[in-house]
Amino acid sequence: MDSVTLNVKEGEVFGFLGPNGAGKTTTVRMLCCLISKTSGEASIAGYDVGKEADALKIRSLIGLVPDNVGLYDDLSAYDNLDFYGKLYDRTEAQRKENIQRFLTMLGLWEKRDVAVGTFSKGMKQKLGIACALVHDPQVLFMDEPTANLDPESAKTVRDFILDLKKEKRTIFLNTHNLDEAQKICDKIAILNTKLMAMGTPEELERSASGRTTVVQLVQVSDAILAALRKLPVKNMVVEGNRLTFDVMDPEKENVAIVDAIYGAGGHVQTVTVVGSTLEEAYLKLVRLDEK
Amino acid sequence: MRLSKSRIIASKDFKVFMKKKNILYSIVVLPLMISFLLPGVVAYAGHNNGASGISAAELTVLLPSFTFLYLVIAGVIPSTIASYTIVGEKVEKSLERLLATPTTDDEILLGKGIAAFLPPMASILGGATIFMVLMDLATRGRLGYDFFPNWNAAIVLFVMVPFAVIMSVEWNVVVSSRVSDVRAAQQIGALIVLPLGLIYLTGELDLIPLGNTSNLLIIAGVLLALDLILLYVAKATFRREEILTKWK
Repeated sequence: MDSVTLNVKEGEVFGFLGPNGAGKTTTVRMLCCLISKTSGEASIAGYDVGKEADALKIRSLIGLVPDNVGLYDDLSAYDNLDFYGKLYDRTEAQRKENIQRFLTMLGLWEKRDVAVGTFSKGMKQKLGIACALVHDPQVLFMDEPTANLDPESAKTVRDFILDLKKEKRTIFLNTHNLDEAQKICDKIAILNTKLMAMGTPEELERSASGRTTVVQLVQVSDAILAALRKLPVKNMVVEGNRLTFDVMDPEKENVAIVDAIYGAGGHVQTVTVVGSTLEEAYLKLVRLDEK
Repeated sequence: MRLSKSRIIASKDFKVFMKKKNILYSIVVLPLMISFLLPGVVAYAGHNNGASGISAAELTVLLPSFTFLYLVIAGVIPSTIASYTIVGEKVEKSLERLLATPTTDDEILLGKGIAAFLPPMASILGGATIFMVLMDLATRGRLGYDFFPNWNAAIVLFVMVPFAVIMSVEWNVVVSSRVSDVRAAQQIGALIVLPLGLIYLTGELDLIPLGNTSNLLIIAGVLLALDLILLYVAKATFRREEILTKWK
């Protein structure tokens, strides 16, 4: 890990994207005070990561959903949660209330006394998230919470994360799933041992390769093309009466394009903006780094 | 160090043991077997062809060394539990979640240690009580007195056996860092029985008279020294970062 500078605001869902071996899990482990950093600074809720005295405080404030679900198969769902609640010094009343609340939210309350070993993968993953929440942490680290889940279970977990987002919890989400990151995260960082890019999903889409504007005209003329060539647009392609341009900021550049067409006596039928996806942005950044 | 955290971890492990029949059997069967088998052997051995059985002189040599069998099983039983509590958690991938809780490495290690220490101790002391009662019944007629309890047996059961159990637990912590399979951990962990078996053999062969209290205290001192050395190694092995980055 090198050159990683980031700031996650309270109540934000922050996505960490990157290929295998990019350092996502290592970053989470460092921030959770599970492994030490060799250099640099980090703090969570004002406590210094790496300071021995602050490590216990940080671990009591956060919840971790590791990439392996890590539950005790021989114990019931309730006993698993109760064990972690006790380790976080929650009173019996607090534990009872939180266990009931989270198991109900995740649709597992009826199965509370059943041994976890009999649970499906999706149920275990949901219970794993509940284990990380039983002490009501304000900061939650989730390491690929939907990996290896079937689409239905993955959706349940994603919906649950969105519910947690509504509760204004700060969530740090490691994921491979770009669609998931786009749907859930307020801000995304792309990591490949160093920070490649960071921003909102929309900002990342734009910053990677910009967008394409497609203009359908009634009739293309030499005057229109001459007018458009005077604009700072890139890669104009003419196909019949359809023109395409690469634009970085469609909200501003499209106005100039339409004005130029009208000014040259043309008539516009439709204007469409085709965006690059987060996937394209991600792949471009990662491949660029590999080169 | 907060003992409450260690107690929570140990309680959870006890709950898991109660659900695992193989662990329960391994804790209970061996001490019980010895407790019933040996008095039976002493009661009936040497009675064929009109012989009167083991003589009183032979019994006074034999009985102290029998007590040492509990020292040997003190090495065996904890390896089953200790290998489960640490390698088992590693295999079930629950260790990272546990390490992420606000507990120190020492609190987790102590919790695991208590979980691996108490059941074998309870089982060995329970088994030894049955053994002593039955052995007294079997030998009273020939000896003319109750051989058990006596000070030497007390030193073996209340000093040497706990030291041996602790040694076995610590050894298994060290082994756990090098293997990723519960069975392998149990097999390598059980190697701790070799030095303990050696003590039993030296008694049987009368190389070191085990009926001598001074000898017992010296052996107990050696076990304590080994415990302290292994404690240092186990503590150095059981570190969060080591577990997550270097353990197999």
